[in-house]
Amino acid sequence: MTATPLRPATRAKQRLRPAQRRNRRRNLRSALLFISPWIIGFLVFTLWPVLYSGYLSLTDYDVINDPNYVGLDNFRQLLADPKISLSLWNTFIYTVFSVPVHIIVSLLLAMLLNRISGRASGFFRTVFYLPKMTPPVAIGILLLLLFNGQNGLVNTVLGWFGINGPAWTTDPAWIQPGLIIMSLWTLGASTIILLAALQNVPQELYDSARVDGANSWQTTWKITLPMISGSLFFLTIVNTIAAFQTFTEAYTAYFGSGNSTYSNDAALFYAIYLFQQGFEFLHMGYASAMAWVLFVIVLAVTVVQMVVGKRMVYYEGGQ
Amino acid sequence: MARTRLERLQPVPPPAIDRDEEAGEHTRQRRPRRRGNPLARILTWAALGIATVLFTYPLLWLISASFKPRSDVFDNKLIPETFTFENYLTVWQEAPLALWLANTAIVTVLSAVLVTLSSAMVAWGFAYFRFRGRNALFGLVLATMMLPGAVTMIPTFLIWNGLGQVGTLTPLWAGNLFGSAFYIFLLRQFFLGLPRELFEAARVDGANNWHMFSRIALPLCKPALIVTLLFEFQAAWTDLMRPLIYLRDSSTFTVPRGLKALLDQFGFGGNWHWEIVVTASVITTVPMIILFFLGQKHFVKGIATTGNKG
Repeated sequence: MTATPLRPATRAKQRLRPAQRRNRRRNLRSALLFISPWIIGFLVFTLWPVLYSGYLSLTDYDVINDPNYVGLDNFRQLLADPKISLSLWNTFIYTVFSVPVHIIVSLLLAMLLNRISGRASGFFRTVFYLPKMTPPVAIGILLLLLFNGQNGLVNTVLGWFGINGPAWTTDPAWIQPGLIIMSLWTLGASTIILLAALQNVPQELYDSARVDGANSWQTTWKITLPMISGSLFFLTIVNTIAAFQTFTEAYTAYFGSGNSTYSNDAALFYAIYLFQQGFEFLHMGYASAMAWVLFVIVLAVTVVQMVVGKRMVYYEGGQ
Repeated sequence: MARTRLERLQPVPPPAIDRDEEAGEHTRQRRPRRRGNPLARILTWAALGIATVLFTYPLLWLISASFKPRSDVFDNKLIPETFTFENYLTVWQEAPLALWLANTAIVTVLSAVLVTLSSAMVAWGFAYFRFRGRNALFGLVLATMMLPGAVTMIPTFLIWNGLGQVGTLTPLWAGNLFGSAFYIFLLRQFFLGLPRELFEAARVDGANNWHMFSRIALPLCKPALIVTLLFEFQAAWTDLMRPLIYLRDSSTFTVPRGLKALLDQFGFGGNWHWEIVVTASVITTVPMIILFFLGQKHFVKGIATTGNKG
């Protein structure tokens, strides 16, 4: 142990002349000055809220009266609340179906785009990305209109094929499928990310595979997918986290004042129930407990995905 | 989680946005167009054609429906049989639309400008200066991206409530004074791509830290600043949750919040005036479409940079 050389930093520190030390201090001061907006923001809008939310989750709090410490009551209540299990189940189903379909369809579109080039490619990228610019509120409204059971466009088109479409927006069994299909409309960003990844795959790999007699099915499985696995992995994680917190489209279409027309239990996502508890019923303690449960779930799912992903993702340059 | 996102994002060559045309040329050269068999080409174009219809039709239909009289809204025709501007007049009379647009403009412009400036400052602090604990601190920046918004939502509301700002537009933009982790990350990548010698030369010429940041670094990373401005502009314009939380009075509503109110009133309210809701949707969406066409190149490049490994 004694033979271990001093760490460079320590050695440098010993050699510093007073002028250098002053310089270094000034350097640190300017750096902190530039970073200060983030430091202030972090302390006020992240660190304190996280700590306070932890505290609130152990209280009853309605904003008007002071928080009332109740220990783990909120969490016990959570377990017994049927709407919690319902909203968790809805969120889970939505995530499990929408994320894989979203990524597979994006990948297919990206592969199609990768076969064409030039101005046409730019045109299609624009077309696929455009829906992503639509505000989620407007998407929620589009959902109600397009999937309308009587005269919506979706059922009209199904009718051309002799299919009698369901009452997508009012039949509890079809509300979720409608939301999931509608969510596919905004997959343009994923398509662009995957297209960029596809274009980064070195052409030499395909050339040498072809020399070895590989067909296009084999090159897809053995070259393309492993080479873009990093982007696929990134999209899986990001989309899963987003799906767990999905709110606006479903809230717009099925919740809010005046909505007594639709049965909406099937659209009650966890984030919507949390919002209702916190800001409609003013159960801020209960909502904080819910937020922590969400955090733990998201974290757990992400960790599992990362462990699985580590085996499946190919990183260029080892790792 | 934090590390993965970092690993994923870090190898991206920052000047990708810079060298737009060049990069395009590059890919084209490297990837000689596969002629393939004619059947495959026909299938490719057919699939792209079908996808194009699926992706554009809803938007075109929505715009067209806003020009139809109430009885025709659901007729699924792209060209209105009877063309009318009346819906727009009705929306204008029924809702304080000018006020909502003004509110949204204030929120979006302030949000985008503030978050871009503050994030750039912080990103520069992390990119240029070398100090102890820099990497740990930057890891913390990235880690905050992973925290679900729900955890901080309620205490943040209580802060603004304590400051008496609930019911005003302030909570919708003021948080942006302090930068945002994702943009800090994006901009730092760009700053790291700038040659260090440039700044050493500037220092010799007597430039101070602020000059180097504002006169040299910022102009050089204009493409990344535009990406940040566009992304935040879109995020602020389309946000519904925070306006739901913070805005009470219809005179302070942003356009999406107002649209939700119109839906509650005219859609669900038993009146079924869908033409009004449709028209208001178009008014909410069109500014985003214009924005997209203005900044198309930057949007696409920014998105591609976001999730692409190097």
